[in-house]
Amino acid sequence: MSVTTTEPHDHDKQHDHEQEHHDHKPSGIKRWLYTTNHKDIGTLYLVFALIMFFIGGSMAMVIRLELFQPGMQFVEPHFFNQMTTVHGLIMVFGAVMPAFTGLANWMIPMMIGAPDMALPRMNNWSFWILPFAFLILLLSLFMPGGGPSFGWTFYAPLSTTYSNDSTALFVFSVHIMGISSIMGAINVIVTIWNMRAPGMNWMKMPLFVWTWFITAFLLIMVMPVLAGLVTMVLTDKYFGTSFFDAAGGGDPVLFQHIFWFFGHPEVYIMILPAFGIVSAIIPTFARKRLFGYASMVYATASIAILSFLVWAHHMFTTGMPVFATLFFMYATMLIAVPTGVKVFNWVATMWRGAMTFEVPMMFALAFIVLFTIGGFSGLMLAITPADFQYHDTYFVVAHFHYVLVTGSVFSIIAAVYYWLPKWTGNMYDEALGQWHFWCSLISVNLLFFPMHFVGLAGMPRRIPDYALQFADFNAFISIGGLLFGLSQLIFVWGLIKCARGGVKATAQVWEGAEGLEWEVPSPAPYHTFDTPPVIK
Amino acid sequence: MTTKTYEKYYVPAQSPWPIVGAVALFFIAFGAAHYVIDISKQQSGFGGYLLLLGFAILVFMLVGWFRNVIDESMSGLYSAQMDRSFRQGMSWFIVSEVMFFMAFFGALFYGRIIAMQWLGGSSNNAMTFELLWPNFEPVWPLIKTPGGIETQAMPWTGLPLINTIILVISSVTLHFAHTGLEQQKRGQLKLMLLLTLLLGATFISLQVYEYIHAYRDLGLRLDSGFYGNTFFLLTGFHGLHVTLGAIILLFVFFRVLKGHFTPEKHFAFQAAAWYWHFVDVVWICLFVIVYML
Repeated sequence: MSVTTTEPHDHDKQHDHEQEHHDHKPSGIKRWLYTTNHKDIGTLYLVFALIMFFIGGSMAMVIRLELFQPGMQFVEPHFFNQMTTVHGLIMVFGAVMPAFTGLANWMIPMMIGAPDMALPRMNNWSFWILPFAFLILLLSLFMPGGGPSFGWTFYAPLSTTYSNDSTALFVFSVHIMGISSIMGAINVIVTIWNMRAPGMNWMKMPLFVWTWFITAFLLIMVMPVLAGLVTMVLTDKYFGTSFFDAAGGGDPVLFQHIFWFFGHPEVYIMILPAFGIVSAIIPTFARKRLFGYASMVYATASIAILSFLVWAHHMFTTGMPVFATLFFMYATMLIAVPTGVKVFNWVATMWRGAMTFEVPMMFALAFIVLFTIGGFSGLMLAITPADFQYHDTYFVVAHFHYVLVTGSVFSIIAAVYYWLPKWTGNMYDEALGQWHFWCSLISVNLLFFPMHFVGLAGMPRRIPDYALQFADFNAFISIGGLLFGLSQLIFVWGLIKCARGGVKATAQVWEGAEGLEWEVPSPAPYHTFDTPPVIK
Repeated sequence: MTTKTYEKYYVPAQSPWPIVGAVALFFIAFGAAHYVIDISKQQSGFGGYLLLLGFAILVFMLVGWFRNVIDESMSGLYSAQMDRSFRQGMSWFIVSEVMFFMAFFGALFYGRIIAMQWLGGSSNNAMTFELLWPNFEPVWPLIKTPGGIETQAMPWTGLPLINTIILVISSVTLHFAHTGLEQQKRGQLKLMLLLTLLLGATFISLQVYEYIHAYRDLGLRLDSGFYGNTFFLLTGFHGLHVTLGAIILLFVFFRVLKGHFTPEKHFAFQAAAWYWHFVDVVWICLFVIVYML
């Protein structure tokens, strides 16, 4: 394993010096509160995501603690439900999405040669409303009667007829999260569309930029639908409407249709940027160009379009007409084609490459294998008659944790290790990073793999107790969960260590790295590309 | 290589307004949630006050932020590229607004075409109908819900038709205001913009009157079943958007009076106009789908 740590070239030093005289950073708390700088805002997003990751993770620990043994030991069922609900909401909206937005903020302007995001003040606003949204959500846990306990999917009538008053807080908190996402997405699209340096053609853009571009469209299309949906939940609960009440002419299944029309593209919102990250890391450490660049772009776009046509595969057991279930089953299986294109392209990129295995590469490799496992269990779930058996079991939990944790979260960790030297100017501690990787890899599989078995055997999700025959597997799962949580402390240790110092990084950082972000010095100056570079 | 000189993309240094806006949204959301809880329980609480405080801070933020932006624009800091950013940003914002309305149109479509027919026993739902609501008749408008709430439908003739004509004319007058701006005819610009504002205000007033009529005379209420739900939420959110659009146009009008905007650079006018045309298109969809069909 080799880490490129050659001395900076004279050219770099000179360049560095040139950048410095207009590199004034405002200091103190105002720098972060008033900032319009895409790098500052990116850092804010990433730190926020990390904090939320630990808060959401500690809720998962409560869940696993209760499920360590059969029977009721530590928490009340109602509190257990609040934990599953808020864990899901925080991980989706508070950890994974903001982490990707943080990476977009940091990297997209540097990758396309732009001076900043297109709308810098709005960029600040879309970040700073997020902590307030989650403050409201967390405060709702302390309401009389407890917080939201209807699952992150807040199906009606659980969230209408049978919910408590924290629902109002939940609804408005989701509204703010949605506003934040929409503004962030508009900023990404306008930046990519309008701010590319001369010569940065569409088909020269790095795949991370492409995948985020398409993700931003998904966000603009579906976050408003979520806003409409929570509004209907609010009026159903408090203003006597009956959107989801059959007695008034509505239908609870309508809730699920609208929710999953948002929810399924949302799934791709959380994985497409991951594809972009892996497509950046694999070529660097295989020291080969990405295989099939154009097909990667088209595959991403195809996945995005298909994601609007598959939502009801979450609802096979609601009693839809047969032709509808068939349509959604086939459309869902079709997604395996462009996804397969991607996996094959990554593998083909590594074929006969001069590979090294630094921490970002390790996480990216783990991503390819484990995300593909999650993809295969997704195909199993897509088969309607089989889904009748899997529905609402731990098999589903195993599936979406494979794609979200070993998929999205692993890609985010890979991205952080990959670009951390560019952000801080220091190399991270490679040994510590490898420890983090191996501990995470082993514990995450101990955590999520047995869930497939208990799920296939019929253990239902979102229930605080279970039948005796699931006891051994659940004990393993809980231990895996605890170990995975502890492993992330190594990550934090490595991050702090790298931020405080370490071996100086070169501009290129990685031997095989290509792209504009590797041509500016490390750490990247506060303002990059005040005048756009020309790309040949 | 092009020889075109590069215009610097203006990146504002630091701005206090976004964080002020974030605090405003916090009070609005937290206050609104408690206000909703308070009125549903018919108790008095602090929710309403927090909501008002939030709106006050929001107005303060909007004034400060827009003053900043207008000053920057008038002192020529904005390049053509910057103008494109604004235009694209506004366009995608309108797309997101379209999707917000799509959620409610989608609900209406589903409720009318699918849920209502199933409640009437079609598809594989014969037993739902037989056992739960055997007297239910699946006809649209849904003036009698399965649970037995009765109401009357809002006819499309009369007030809604007049309102449609008013809003369409307002879009036309706004278009003439725009051509006036582009052809340096300031008189036409002012007159047509004023006319648009008056037509917008008339539309809103007539909508208020129609709501009163619906509640008092027709017994059509927000809580009178799926028909009332979709009617009031769709027309209500549309009305909110018209009101917002009219407020934006009002400020554009003030800026026109102060001599702002040139034939080449008038993003604020353009954005307000796009927004107004957008609410007009939404209304036409609404008129056809909610009132006529």
